Amino acid sequence: MSWLIAILQTMLFATLAPLLAGWLKWCKCRLQNRKAPSLFQPYRDLIKLTNKQPVVAGHASWLFTIAPYIIFSATVLAATVVPLIAVDLPTSASADVIVMVGFFAFARFFLALAGLDIGTAFGGMGSSREMTISSLAEPAMLMAIFTLTMTASTTNLSVAISHVLNEGLVLRPSFVFALFALILVAVAETGRVPVDNPATHLELTMIHEAMILEYSGRHLALIEWASQLKLMLYGVLIANIFFPWGIAETFNLKTLGYGLLAIMGKLAVLAIFLAVSETLVAKMRLFRVQEYLGFAYLLGLLGMLSHIILETSR
Amino acid sequence: MNIGHQDFYTQAILSMAALVGLTSFLMLGQGRLLRLIFVFALQGFLLTLTTALTAYSLDNHHLYISAALTLALKVMFIPWMLRRQVLLMNMHRDIEALKNNTAVMMGGASLMVFSYYVLHPIVQTSSTIMLNALAVSLSVVLLGMLLMISHRQAVAHVVGFMSIENGLFFAAIVATNGMPMVVELGVAFDVLVAAVLFGIFFFHIRTSIDSLDVDRLNRLHEVDK
Repeated sequence: MSWLIAILQTMLFATLAPLLAGWLKWCKCRLQNRKAPSLFQPYRDLIKLTNKQPVVAGHASWLFTIAPYIIFSATVLAATVVPLIAVDLPTSASADVIVMVGFFAFARFFLALAGLDIGTAFGGMGSSREMTISSLAEPAMLMAIFTLTMTASTTNLSVAISHVLNEGLVLRPSFVFALFALILVAVAETGRVPVDNPATHLELTMIHEAMILEYSGRHLALIEWASQLKLMLYGVLIANIFFPWGIAETFNLKTLGYGLLAIMGKLAVLAIFLAVSETLVAKMRLFRVQEYLGFAYLLGLLGMLSHIILETSR
Repeated sequence: MNIGHQDFYTQAILSMAALVGLTSFLMLGQGRLLRLIFVFALQGFLLTLTTALTAYSLDNHHLYISAALTLALKVMFIPWMLRRQVLLMNMHRDIEALKNNTAVMMGGASLMVFSYYVLHPIVQTSSTIMLNALAVSLSVVLLGMLLMISHRQAVAHVVGFMSIENGLFFAAIVATNGMPMVVELGVAFDVLVAAVLFGIFFFHIRTSIDSLDVDRLNRLHEVDK
């Protein structure tokens, strides 16, 4: 039964991710006084790309063709670790948050290799930028997550979330810092506006788009899907760690449906915040990203410090 | 005594302590003067909230007066005055290039660890959980000093000095549940007088060395010409 729900939850993750991207795009369009595409446009794009024939450059190696499959499956595996609608699932019990970060790093490694493999200038540039940013973002993210794990004294996400859930509403200074740090890291890692702009192909600024410039057809569809999934993963992490209320603790139809509604509502609200911030904030210069991520790291560190200084027992 | 078992008042005060610490860090990394002054006003506002919260929970009426004084002086008057002077001297467009910004930030974080380490024995032997916030207020004091060391503009030095005073005030509120009224009034007027004096000094420094960059004070006038 619980395995069934775990598989179902992962499938939900994969199917809901394009919807979140569509909703985000809808919010942004409305904020910029444009006519918005349908919420289901990302699904149509994915289907269209899947039906097209992929074009692969003549001197691309085998790595270029298998990379999209590896990236997508690593992201899906990372999604199994994160509780979406229910805690205490067997998949999230078998792996902890460090494994999840590891899956992300694995996917990123292959994405960077695929960017380099084809030999164009843009691919290499994008890969080098992506690696620079991720090397700064990863410690900040781990700091933020360690704050949570120190409070719950476990690195298992599911157990930590149910710990937060059982404690009820406690005002924790460390969580405020960890929340902000994780938001900053999530923006950087998913390539949203102050760090990277997903909507343009401007040569000087693109990071993620530069690496996948040579992909087409179903390969591109898989990579796009994986990045939508990654966006949703970070959204779920933020929503479920810091505001876990509504997530199902027992497996019956009522609590699961309630959990699904709760997470969809939370993600919708988060997406509105993201759309507003993307409309208000201009993109940063690339060389200021390290300051931004340094600040995220500092916030994570402050979160941990304030946990030790202010919250622990004596 | 985990934070989960405390009442909401204690939790709120501890959260305030963390936020006051955060504003200190924000000031440390800020290159623009107007934004620096804004963050300083924000810190004053957090202090006001903490004082009002303490007054409410302890039913200690004279702390309301102290909160009102903080609001009037540190949130409105001093930031307004500094802001006016920055605008008057046309320095609001300057961005101070901070050397080694990240290193200064990490230095600030280690100062916080240091102040916790120093205060650990005191906190260990005392009874109220509120003393935990003492480490934060000591680190606000130290961060104010670091701000004065790392910035070169005289206005930033004044903000650093005032934030040292904020740290001491916060320590007084959380550790003693409010000082006697006379002391608080005295401190408030001292700060007011200091702010006015600084304002006069800005103009003096400016007329004599034609800048508020205190690094230039090292050079001798005759030699330089």
